[in-house]
Amino acid sequence: MELPTQTFRVTRADLIRYAGASGDFNPIHWSDRVATSVGLPGVIAHGMFTMALVGRAVTTWAGAPDAVVDFGVRFTRPVVVPDDDEGTEVEVAAKVKEVTEDGLTRLDVTATCRGEKVLSQARATVRTPR
Amino acid sequence: MSLDPSFVGRTYPPTAPYQVGREKIREFATAIGATDPAHHDPAAARKLGHRDVVAPPTFPVVITMAASRQIVEDPALGVDYSRVVHGDQRFAYTRPVVAGDELVCVNTIEEVTSRGGHGFLTTRTDVTDAAGEPVVAVWSKIVVRGEA
Repeated sequence: MELPTQTFRVTRADLIRYAGASGDFNPIHWSDRVATSVGLPGVIAHGMFTMALVGRAVTTWAGAPDAVVDFGVRFTRPVVVPDDDEGTEVEVAAKVKEVTEDGLTRLDVTATCRGEKVLSQARATVRTPR
Repeated sequence: MSLDPSFVGRTYPPTAPYQVGREKIREFATAIGATDPAHHDPAAARKLGHRDVVAPPTFPVVITMAASRQIVEDPALGVDYSRVVHGDQRFAYTRPVVAGDELVCVNTIEEVTSRGGHGFLTTRTDVTDAAGEPVVAVWSKIVVRGEA
């Protein structure tokens, strides 16, 4: 079963706010100068910010903020965030892979930015909504 | 860069307890746009059976990333942090993190490999509460990029 796709807009301001809240001040997430000097196309989102957005999608699908029991991803491609008001978008989709008898639902998740997958092996196990 | 595989299995001393604050959970939830009342309002969290506001699923990284400095800054291992890229991340929960928790991290190096001139380091962080009960196990794989 396919779950409804959720779209998240990501701007530079979001990355600054996430840096402050998470304590991850790596300058590749806020300085174009540093990002390009290490071979990136520009400032990229924290992988953990992208994963947090996927986590929002998963808890929304599960219908409960505390439903996640297992959640893992592989970061395969950076989410480049331009320095403008539009930013970029991350689209999160998922399929229900399995509903177990002990009340768990396993999801296979995909996250894309500009049509390209930014995560692989993204999987979440949530308590099955009652 | 190649990392010393003899570090596999090494466990580091427990970190000092991290006090999970209600305002920190609110700040983190706001930063990721998580508006569910259970992240912000203790009464909403209590309706779900928690004693205080509930952290979003990736919140523990705030604690484990700081805790993992004891590995990436271990001079004997010699990770060049400017060459580090995040590879994989996983959280396996026993229960959600809630405000008021005092969490201790124990880091273990689970895997060290080298491939294509890059080093790969997988760490597991076992996060326990003040009673010593498990809360969440967190795996993180970092890639230490080789010289181009």
